[in-house]
Amino acid sequence: MTTSVDPSTKSGGPRALHSSALARSRWRTAFLLSPPLLWFLVIYLSSLVLMLITSFWSVNNFTSQITHQLTGSNFAQISAGAYPTIILRTFLLAALVTVTDAVVAFPFAYVMARLAGKRAQRLLLGAVLLPLWASYLAKVYAWISILEKGGALNWTFSKLGLPDPNLGFTNGAMWIAFCYIWLPYMIVPIYGALERIPSSLLDASADLGGSSWSTFRRVLLPLALPGLLAGSIFTFSLTLGDYVTPLLIGGSNSTLIGNAIYENLLNGGNLPLAAALSIVPIVIMVVYLTIAKRLGAFEAL
Amino acid sequence: MGGVARRTLVGLMAFSIGALGIVAVTSGAGAAGLTAPMAGMKPLQTIGKGEGKLNLIAWEGYATPQWVKPFEKATGCQVNAKYAGSSGEMVSLMSNGGGHQYDLVSASGDADLRLIYGGDVKPVNIKLIADWHQFRPFLKSPSFNTINGVHYGVSLQFGPNVLLYSTKTFKSAPTSWSVLYSKKYTGQVTVPNNPIQIADAALYLQSAQPSLGITDPYELTQPQFSATVKLLKSQKPLIAKYWNLASDEINLFQSKTVVAGAAWPYQTNTLKANKAGVADTIPKEGATGWADTWMLATNAPDPNCAYKWMNWVSTPHVQAEQAISFGETPANSLACPIMNKLQAGSCNGYHANQPDSYFKTIKFWKTPLSTCDNGKNDCVPYQQWTNAWTQIAG
Amino acid sequence: MRHSRLSRTALWLWVAAVLFFLFAPILTIVLFGFDKSNVETWPIQHWTLHWYSVAWNDPQVRSAFALSIKAAVASTSLSILLGSMAAFGVHKARFFGRDSISLLLILPLALPGIITGVALNSAFQWAGITLSVWTIIVGHTTFCIVVIYNNVLARLRRTSSTLLEASADLGASSVQTFRLVTLPTIATALVSGALLAFALSFDEVIVTTFTAGAQNTLPIWIFGAIRLGQQLPEVNVVVTMVVLLMFIPILIAARLTGSDNFAPRVAATRKVTTAP
Repeated sequence: MTTSVDPSTKSGGPRALHSSALARSRWRTAFLLSPPLLWFLVIYLSSLVLMLITSFWSVNNFTSQITHQLTGSNFAQISAGAYPTIILRTFLLAALVTVTDAVVAFPFAYVMARLAGKRAQRLLLGAVLLPLWASYLAKVYAWISILEKGGALNWTFSKLGLPDPNLGFTNGAMWIAFCYIWLPYMIVPIYGALERIPSSLLDASADLGGSSWSTFRRVLLPLALPGLLAGSIFTFSLTLGDYVTPLLIGGSNSTLIGNAIYENLLNGGNLPLAAALSIVPIVIMVVYLTIAKRLGAFEAL
Repeated sequence: MGGVARRTLVGLMAFSIGALGIVAVTSGAGAAGLTAPMAGMKPLQTIGKGEGKLNLIAWEGYATPQWVKPFEKATGCQVNAKYAGSSGEMVSLMSNGGGHQYDLVSASGDADLRLIYGGDVKPVNIKLIADWHQFRPFLKSPSFNTINGVHYGVSLQFGPNVLLYSTKTFKSAPTSWSVLYSKKYTGQVTVPNNPIQIADAALYLQSAQPSLGITDPYELTQPQFSATVKLLKSQKPLIAKYWNLASDEINLFQSKTVVAGAAWPYQTNTLKANKAGVADTIPKEGATGWADTWMLATNAPDPNCAYKWMNWVSTPHVQAEQAISFGETPANSLACPIMNKLQAGSCNGYHANQPDSYFKTIKFWKTPLSTCDNGKNDCVPYQQWTNAWTQIAG
Repeated sequence: MRHSRLSRTALWLWVAAVLFFLFAPILTIVLFGFDKSNVETWPIQHWTLHWYSVAWNDPQVRSAFALSIKAAVASTSLSILLGSMAAFGVHKARFFGRDSISLLLILPLALPGIITGVALNSAFQWAGITLSVWTIIVGHTTFCIVVIYNNVLARLRRTSSTLLEASADLGASSVQTFRLVTLPTIATALVSGALLAFALSFDEVIVTTFTAGAQNTLPIWIFGAIRLGQQLPEVNVVVTMVVLLMFIPILIAARLTGSDNFAPRVAATRKVTTAP
């Protein structure tokens, strides 16, 4: 893996020092960066800011109209009652899904990158990517029909003489469905990171007397970390903001932040409260991204 | 965030504080001091040539090929339906008068007033709807879609929210909604994941706890509201799942996860067709229900096709088809014999032959407002219903 | 790393288990497409091909599929353009706040979709923009750009800059260098990025819910169809067909991107050196 040393710094040469060349490269950068940045500022960031400002406004209880007066009442509201539980539940679930996917994905990605032959490697990559094309909704629904009472899992267990697991419509079902749906997003970046490690490095570790475990811990894991983090950005954030999976496969204690936002916005017409609720995942993700960036995740996405 | 981004953010903030006013207004519908903004708009006088297309916001099942295809063939109006999952979604989609792209919405009573007072729907010339004269009297100009004699839509169908139960657990039909609040069925009950469900609990308390003095489940004072919320919180351990989609509840009953729940007749029909061993009933406390109306978007781009559609779905034959397909009661009184022809006994089964007094036993969904019927301003508005529901189901 | 026979077996068993986990639901989807009943219970009692003819003749499915393809192609193309521009801009230049661009671009993907959706929806309404296929494309492009950007940037960072210099030193014009060296170098990164962007757009539910106008994309049609549950087997049939349809492009892409990242670079060098 290369570090992020800017190639222009080491390329040197007399051309790079020439002032007109420098100016030309500035123009070039400006030309290249303006369209994507303008797109982001005009379309995305402005809408985001527009929405977030409403979180400091409130809705009049009698008229349901928005009052344009700065208030912290929405934040007071989301720090009481059921909201802290919902926020904590969402956070824990997102963390659990991320850890599970990392544990499931790592050995798989390792075999793909280091043990499989070229042909097997391609087949495995195809096998990981193919489920992405089966609709997200259909996959969640498939899990319902597997996990519910009278579903395939209970049926299999009863054929084996085991007690019914009855996982349908529980937080456990939600956990399984999330882990399943985001798993490819974890496997691919870890595979990418592992694949780049030169074999010589691992051999060297073994030659120097490192056990498999210490090679894993001291060489493999640190080098795969950016890939792992990149995958975790997907699994963590996608779980953090989802409202469809809990709606479909969740039970009576499965409300997540996304559902609360959706409910307040669409059923309650309370944009300020929904906006205040959205700040929670935004803060969590910005902190997460900053840490991930420090650890080099952005180079492995 | 870096330098470029930060500077731009500050600039944007200054610009957007003024700008958001408009977004804000469209997101909340009017309530107190009610005037319907579009009341003065002159409706269409004659139905002209169709525009060739029609965009609907509908409940799933309300734009079924069975009656959409013949309509397209007869009028040349290509129907495109967008399905909404809740009344709230319908109101959101209809903001800004249908956004210049939607023509009609099949709104339920709890959305109607929000749409009318939000200025999102406009008056309909009822004279242009030929079958309107055959409508059951109480659905000609009901208070939820007709204000001061101005029609904002054409009534479509109505139905009760029934008590669905497993015939294996209940040998005879339960007589009270109390089964949904009984510890005996812990983990085996399902109710809709919808704030309007608070009204169902209030309706039960109206007879179970007369001391609360509830007279209208949609007009609750703060103490009545608190008592209802308390009941619903105590119901939570009994709930296997708050159902979101009709198919959720069908799954829950088919897989025998639950034994009792609040449902639409639609679920009963589907489950019975799959021999799931269920039946439904309206318990002694009565039932809440819905009455749907096709409402015309203020900025409807295809008004002629919209009128053609309103006429089409009001005809006895289409009314009968939809009643059977969804399990509800048609507005057109001539639909009954056709229903029986399509499916024997269905007229009686879906209460299409009931007298008007039947309609009165159903407490139809309506938007809870802070203004009560007694003129006082101390009722709990819908805003707080939503909030309380998050606290209950969260 | 050397592996004992035991650890090798254990690792391959793990792979088999994960593959089973990945494909059991897909198999379920395929099987329930042949179920006569529209309420899914296991095992399937009566088999039928009925839903295949229903799906095939359903105009709503056709138009939803067409719209999804249209939106995905458009937003993928826009993302390729904007994402590679950003990647080249960031790669070559040094300026203050450069690193924050990555953070900025990843925000729409990293922040929950419901937030992106709600924000865009409010903004479109405020600006008086009618929701249409174009607003869907704008929404999808916003979160797809980062996929292309990251793939291209990662490839550029791994590509030795001496290659480009060699091309210039050998007298190639910048257009020639781009066509003969740069493009082949980033081609596989573009293909895999584009594939992921296409998949993300094609299957997007939440952002689409808030940015779509009157027309339905395939996921929105599916959501509508599962609401009442009458058309569940039809949904399964449609998904089965989409998976079969996408099988070929995925195999091609996996072939292109799977582990021969180095190959095009060598080929490119060869071409330049033999160029007149």
